[in-house]
Amino acid sequence: MFVKTKRKASYAAILAAGALLLSACGGETTASSTESAPAATSEFPTTGSGVVNLYNWTDYIDPAILEKFTAETGIEVILDVFDSNETLLAKLQSGATGYDVIMPSDYMVAQMIELGMLQNVDVASFPNGKNIAPEFMDVYFDPGRAYTAPYMYGSTGIACNTKLEPECENIKSWSDLFTGNFANVNALKDQVEIVSAALRATGTAAEDLCTTDTANYIAAEEILSGFKPAVIDNDGGNVRMITGQATIRTSWNGDTHRMKMENPDIIFIYPSEGLNFWSDHMAIPVGAPNLDNAKIFMNWMMDPANMAAASNFSGYNNAITGTSDLMDDELKSDPAVIVPAEFTSLLSTVPNCGEEARELYTQVFTTWLDSQ
Amino acid sequence: MTVTTSTPKSGSTQRGNRARPGQSSPKLAYLPIIFLAFAIGIPLLIIVVYSFLEKPSQGTGVKWVFTTENYKALFIQQKLDGTTALDTRYLKVLWTSFTYSLITTTVTLILSVPVAMWIATRDARRRTLLVALVTLPFWISILIRTYGMRQIIADEGPIGKFLGLFNIDWSILYSPPATILGLIYVFLPFMILPIYASAERFDFRLAEAAYDLGAKKLTVVRKIILPAIRPGIISGIALVFIPALGSFLQSDMLGGGKTNMVANVIANNFGQARNWPFGSALAVLLIVLTLLFVLIIQGISQRRGDKVELV
Repeated sequence: MFVKTKRKASYAAILAAGALLLSACGGETTASSTESAPAATSEFPTTGSGVVNLYNWTDYIDPAILEKFTAETGIEVILDVFDSNETLLAKLQSGATGYDVIMPSDYMVAQMIELGMLQNVDVASFPNGKNIAPEFMDVYFDPGRAYTAPYMYGSTGIACNTKLEPECENIKSWSDLFTGNFANVNALKDQVEIVSAALRATGTAAEDLCTTDTANYIAAEEILSGFKPAVIDNDGGNVRMITGQATIRTSWNGDTHRMKMENPDIIFIYPSEGLNFWSDHMAIPVGAPNLDNAKIFMNWMMDPANMAAASNFSGYNNAITGTSDLMDDELKSDPAVIVPAEFTSLLSTVPNCGEEARELYTQVFTTWLDSQ
Repeated sequence: MTVTTSTPKSGSTQRGNRARPGQSSPKLAYLPIIFLAFAIGIPLLIIVVYSFLEKPSQGTGVKWVFTTENYKALFIQQKLDGTTALDTRYLKVLWTSFTYSLITTTVTLILSVPVAMWIATRDARRRTLLVALVTLPFWISILIRTYGMRQIIADEGPIGKFLGLFNIDWSILYSPPATILGLIYVFLPFMILPIYASAERFDFRLAEAAYDLGAKKLTVVRKIILPAIRPGIISGIALVFIPALGSFLQSDMLGGGKTNMVANVIANNFGQARNWPFGSALAVLLIVLTLLFVLIIQGISQRRGDKVELV
């Protein structure tokens, strides 16, 4: 919330622009929808009643968007938040029910489908399914988009405050960060992000991130043993960077964009060993109490105007076509959000590892966390 | 576990004869007993059973195969290179929890005795008001209060700003002192209230008499007042030390989210790490150590003839 204040004006402008655009093309859509109205409405409702229970990442969706959804569809949104994919999985596996829409990342979507935890609702056939960007249609974890609708995508690198940390420009890699003994470092509490970065820092190639060779993990454990952040969590990190309480942080790029809006001294570093490219997706867990409302929500979010507003709040790019014109200029011109050409080769998809590798990730992460 | 401070019998002030102690129907106690059995006994049993089971290949839950590996893993680390080594991490975490709780108990005790005595010596109307003030924090969720604490002790918070005027560097948030401060703040009322309950019943004319008879002030405190409020002090220690040992929130929110205290490690095993059996084993170890502590307190108080019963 705190991050938003300064951006309210620009957000309002976008909303206004969005509203204008909507009303401008409104005539067309109503005209075309009246023709096919009976069929469309009977197949896919756009309004409903009751609630939709959204289980999302912390501080990842603008409350104003949820209010707009309620105003347009009559469905109230009940928001609950989690702070990592593993927390989400643990919560659902421990028997938590009552969520209608959840927001797992790519590799977690794959795991959840494998575990039979998600509902096949043929998202591609939703009215707004046509808006899914072609390159995000046939993704490895959900080819043809049967289970999931895309939300945001981004990468995980390093945020650094150039004013308070003169070494910023010398931090070029994960290895620099892990071995630099910097004061006031914060880190994400995310086992995939931390361990994969440590693996990259110790020479594991991007395509080998799911290796089961323990030697690689021993090296990762070794380099992490000297990495002692002041704070390890996924919540509240933005504020600490903005206020200067923390000077370096392993950070998601969109969060870094939001920090930069508040504190221009902050930069986003693309580590030279490579970084994870991830994407988050809306999905409906098995046993969701409000299936129809969940579908309405997912479809509504895939509307370019709504998804653009979501991007403007979260600071991440999204996988819906037609949103780019509606996105803030600061967002589109930020090298943290739009990856500069020289760095594109550094990005690689978050690995979806097999059971054995996952177990090794957990071990390395737990050893690191418990040795703080 | 129950903590009861024995109260002096209120004598013959009972109205009617229905509520004579020891004579009312035990049926009234059945419901609470059944409730406690379900709410405490069964979860406890589940934890103990889980701690002897294997972790399933797909994370969360348990596989119904008996093992003692979880307990071994508390002390012996299975290294990635296949070797094993003595693992002191969890012992260290337990030790940290123990020291944090001990410091919390000591500080709250030192703060509470004068406060409780002062309240107990006010007139009846003001006493009610002051006790209400002590319990005021309970009206607000502990989560909200800890967030508030985080704002107050932040480097840029009011304390930091004030000290900054004198060029004093203030930086305790996300460090052990912040965790301990949070614990002291949360547990202070749990120390004040039982001591106050003891002190309120103390006849302060006894202290005056001792003073009149020539005892020095310190002697009055040591020989007259402290023995009188000792049951309250022991109850307070138990009420603060034991829950502080299992605290989670303060080290999570004020200590920087690193696994400082044992409850954080347990929580992590039930959450991100998804190793329920190991988390259960650690929980059982904590329960055993807590019980041990309760027995020690009980032993001490019995030897000294105080009527304090724990368990």
